Amino acid sequence: MENKFFIDSEHLSESALNKKHLLETDPSSRTNHMEYMSGMEEIKSDIRDKVIGHMESYDYSKYTAKDVRAALDHEGCSIDDFKALLSPAAEPFIEELAQKARLITSRHFGNTVYLFTPLYIANYCENYCVYCGFNCYNHINRMKLSHEQIEHEMQVIANSGMEEILILTGESRFKSNLEYIGDACRLARKYFRMVGLEIYPVNTEEYRYLHECGADYVTVFQETYDKDKYETLHLLGHKRVYPYRFDAQERALMGGMRGVAFSALLGLSDFRSDALATALHVYYLQKKYPHAEMSLSCPRLRPIINNDKINPLDVHEKQLCQIICAYRIFLPFAGITVSSRESAEFRNGIVKIAATKISAGVSTGIGDHEYKYNGKDNGETHGDEQFEIDDNRNLDKMYEDISNEGLQPVLNDYLYL
Amino acid sequence: MNNDKLVIGGHEFNSRFILGSGKYSLKLIDAAVKDAGAEIITLAVRRANTKDRENILDYIPKGITLLPNTSGARNAEEAVRIARLARELGCGDFVKIEIMRDSKYLLPDNNETIKATEILANEGFIVMPYMYPDLYAARDLVNAGAAAVMPLASPIGSNKGLATKDFLQILIDEIELPIIVDAGIGKPSEACRAMEMGAAAIMANTALATAGDLTMMASAFRLAIEAGRHAYLSGLGRVITRGSSSSDPLTGFLHD
Repeated sequence: MENKFFIDSEHLSESALNKKHLLETDPSSRTNHMEYMSGMEEIKSDIRDKVIGHMESYDYSKYTAKDVRAALDHEGCSIDDFKALLSPAAEPFIEELAQKARLITSRHFGNTVYLFTPLYIANYCENYCVYCGFNCYNHINRMKLSHEQIEHEMQVIANSGMEEILILTGESRFKSNLEYIGDACRLARKYFRMVGLEIYPVNTEEYRYLHECGADYVTVFQETYDKDKYETLHLLGHKRVYPYRFDAQERALMGGMRGVAFSALLGLSDFRSDALATALHVYYLQKKYPHAEMSLSCPRLRPIINNDKINPLDVHEKQLCQIICAYRIFLPFAGITVSSRESAEFRNGIVKIAATKISAGVSTGIGDHEYKYNGKDNGETHGDEQFEIDDNRNLDKMYEDISNEGLQPVLNDYLYL
Repeated sequence: MNNDKLVIGGHEFNSRFILGSGKYSLKLIDAAVKDAGAEIITLAVRRANTKDRENILDYIPKGITLLPNTSGARNAEEAVRIARLARELGCGDFVKIEIMRDSKYLLPDNNETIKATEILANEGFIVMPYMYPDLYAARDLVNAGAAAVMPLASPIGSNKGLATKDFLQILIDEIELPIIVDAGIGKPSEACRAMEMGAAAIMANTALATAGDLTMMASAFRLAIEAGRHAYLSGLGRVITRGSSSSDPLTGFLHD
């Protein structure tokens, strides 16, 4: 069953509502999502064609238990082995996948689990992505933190002991311009050892600027690698341009970033194909930029504000676990991050198998860390959250829980060079 | 045997086991010191670059020599910067150079390593470069002022054992500095084998970190390294790997 995402707000003007409905119902009213908009840098890269070629020819129904058995028995993992491990035929082998993934994880990462926290500094957005709580037609409290507010939020987080931060914005170049984000990176360098960014995709030289401001990791979610599906979900704004988003990680590396992270939002489209494409995106980019550090995130669709009609394509915990195990077996070197959308129980289990990084002390709202961390409400308004989280553990609790699982929590493993 | 010391940069050590720190846990450090007898522990500067919570530096017992490493460096310049930072942090003059330009296999870049070794040796560091076992590169490292050479046995974290065995033997035979076998040792038997071949010391991490019983495995490594060392010394260097020489001449029966 397809997801139904369209939700109208009572707060939209008639003309806005008309435009929204036109975008939703008339594909001809939408721009060509494969065409670059003005100002978007186009790089020469053959990676997209390779990834999409594999995805489009992927028929997971043809894999059998025999293929899965062979893939599990191989010492390495070929692309075809990986395809077998992602297929429905691998579901009955979930325990074996987990055992193999655990062994590989321990060889490459030992018992360590890295901790970080995200910080949303603005939730303005110029895109209409039908599944997202921040989308421009959604009536939510919009907010952009000032320089002083960002610093205060960072102080609160740093005081909790956190050393790695991921700075996020909604995707509005107008409201959250490059200088604003650069300023946040410089502030973050004062309080944290490691600074990552999850913002709208930018050009190579702009990534270089942000790198010089102190950021060293860039995360961009492609959401879905299925071009046709992508077109029906991202109806308006720069995010609509599929190829510019796809090449964001490569531009970030060209701009001097140390590492990049990838993800599909599983459940938007066929999750097996999306998982295949995500991993191959990592695989081919690593071949081209062997020095770069690569990681994968594994979010599933979860409820968002003003949208209670979501009916996710079925990515249950068992399937999510299968995907994560397959990622690990195919990409032993890649970091794997598991979102706070998942339950504490799932995250405790998955760090023992394959995940190497989890967030703690998470808020996806704007400007509410003081309240959430210290219980102090300063009376200021907060920006609404992008999505609801499931695992609310703070840093101390997360540290304790991970230690109790026999793992070693790590707050920093990084130098800005 | 009491006089059999490992000498690196003028410093003497009784133990020939060095603990790597890539997959450290605080329990691992404890076991390595108590049960494996480690006197040298490597320390990733990037991980010591932490605030107050469980800084690895606070868990290294007194009397242990710190060997800060430059992991995270992608070229000589970055390695030099990390080494200088290590010195500022009070980690002493030892430094293990690790320069990787490949995040998949984490193989060392010998060319950049040679450059960094020269710069740091000139600054008075006791430089221990991690390298791919190539004879020319090893000679360049000697000329650049290295205090030891640390060739890999197999790709890091692979537990593949002595995949480069023949090349390690060449370095052991040809290079006058201590050859410390680093990376890839998965079992005590492999550590023993490398020591029999004439390696000066063994560095391991994953093999212990991922063992079922850490304490017992640490002690197994200590015994294996001692056994290999004894075998090497008892055979006057070449007996084990190159076949024994008979005390009576084999050609003694030839008379005219």
